[in-house]
Amino acid sequence: MTRRVGRPLVLAALVAATVVFVYPFVWLVSASFKPRGEVFDNRLVPETFTLDNYVQVWREVPMAQWLGNTTLVTVLAGITVTLSSAAVAWGFAYFRFRGRGFLFGLVLATMMLPGAVTLIPTYLIWKELGFVGTLTPLWAGNLFGSAFYIFLIRQFFLGLPRELFEAAQLDGAGNWTIFRAIALPLARPALVLTLLFETQAAWTDLMRPLIYVQDSDKFTVPRGLKALLDQYGFGGEWHWEIVVTASVIATLPMILLFFVGQRHFVQGIATTGSKG
Amino acid sequence: MTTTTAAPVAAGPVAPTRTARARSRRNLWSALLFLSPWIVGFLVFTLWPVLYSAYLSLTDYDVINDPRFIGLENYRDMAADPKIALALTNTVVYTVLAVPLHVVGALGLALLLERAGRSSGFFRTAFFLPKMTPPVAVGVLVLLLFNGQNGLVNEALGAVGVQGPYWTTDQAWIKPALVLMSMWTIGSTVIILLAALRQVPSELYDAARVDGAGFWRRTFAVTVPMISGTLFFVVVVNTIAAFQMFTEAYTAFFGSGNTTYANEAALFYVIYLFQQGFENLNMGYASAMAWLLFVIILAVTLVQLAVSKRVVYYEGDQK
Repeated sequence: MTRRVGRPLVLAALVAATVVFVYPFVWLVSASFKPRGEVFDNRLVPETFTLDNYVQVWREVPMAQWLGNTTLVTVLAGITVTLSSAAVAWGFAYFRFRGRGFLFGLVLATMMLPGAVTLIPTYLIWKELGFVGTLTPLWAGNLFGSAFYIFLIRQFFLGLPRELFEAAQLDGAGNWTIFRAIALPLARPALVLTLLFETQAAWTDLMRPLIYVQDSDKFTVPRGLKALLDQYGFGGEWHWEIVVTASVIATLPMILLFFVGQRHFVQGIATTGSKG
Repeated sequence: MTTTTAAPVAAGPVAPTRTARARSRRNLWSALLFLSPWIVGFLVFTLWPVLYSAYLSLTDYDVINDPRFIGLENYRDMAADPKIALALTNTVVYTVLAVPLHVVGALGLALLLERAGRSSGFFRTAFFLPKMTPPVAVGVLVLLLFNGQNGLVNEALGAVGVQGPYWTTDQAWIKPALVLMSMWTIGSTVIILLAALRQVPSELYDAARVDGAGFWRRTFAVTVPMISGTLFFVVVVNTIAAFQMFTEAYTAFFGSGNTTYANEAALFYVIYLFQQGFENLNMGYASAMAWLLFVIILAVTLVQLAVSKRVVYYEGDQK
């Protein structure tokens, strides 16, 4: 009874919430097509539609370079962390050896450590190696895997039937072959999820580019957006239309990624959450 | 399936033969090879940084000159630094406002989604979408949407006859603005809670309904206890994240060009740590700050854990 009465109300509430969640995007995209004087008029459809802002951002800011830098960092970060985490996860899931429980406990423990504690020594390592001022520190740490993804992929490996690997072993397959030819292809859902998560994290990161790159031609898109805000949003030059347009450019690739990987994202978040 | 000449897989309590022992040694080396990326990473990028950071926290270090050992002076300075007290207060206020709102808001949306039937997929997508917005862009949105003069939020408030505050310039309203903006990205928490809700056996609801329990009673007597494990997880994760709030507030209220805003109210702990470490090059001081943050987060998590032992209900088949 209550169910039938409640349903239209439920839908109305969900629609209202959807408007709240989606409206800021629509507002932002719409503002990026408005001329300078109208950016803040809060109209949904621009009174004067213009592409000038995009032309201006493209011309006055090394946006192509920033997009290229971010893409490079993101691709390298995603691929390295996925492969290395998969290898480590396999090491924990497949082999039986003394001290395994302890080592895996250490992996989990590192997840609890706030990033602030290792921030400065990590900076000193990259400085010592001569990589400060380059894009390398933005992704190379991923060569060593990441605790959360190791945990995630290991869970997935543990769910695969062990007989499969034992059969391959009997057929004379070595450990490396079993990993590369059997385990990795089977683990594709977990690998895709890791790749998606890390792509999002690497694309949107601000703190590391703030610390490691100073020259504008080495900026990633978020770092560049922050610089544009500092220049055109605060202080003397008020050109919010540039900030707004750059915000759209920074966000759109993530929205595209989301629609491509939506199913994986949602499933991944649902399962990682309920297992914690 | 032909059994080839390969040695039988070591199984059961058979006395280890020479080949079996050699084999298990080979296995150990293979295992270590697979684990080696993490082992190297742990030693170089976790263990050494943790130890070195502890050492740096006892030094005066500006990157250019060698660290100079000064004992506990950084910690004494922190106790006397009014900005530490300010940053801690700001961070705690933000956390205390944001975490309950996030969890309650996300639970509300998850309960709605659960009753949405087939259309829930569409709404779930809509709710998760903001989570894909780079935090820098969210910081920009704070300034635009919560702008006191012509921001969308105040315009919406004006439409219902409420005069909105100057969110981004009024010290009293900066943190509430950041909290409200952060509500925009609760989508992943909603999805986690929805997954938990779907695992609650429907017989429990039916039984409660037969006993005459209404919606609210069912929610608080059945739903919340049954998903308390996930709720606890969500509270802990959100608390740890709130304590480390950085990008949105830094984007909106700090940075090289920003002379517009008096930003005391947005000075969160990690922002101050970042300023000390990388803008003022007080790396020793920043290391000491990092350790205080670690101790605080650890203490809060342990308290939450202790409380959860009393209130979290785990189903028999979960561990």
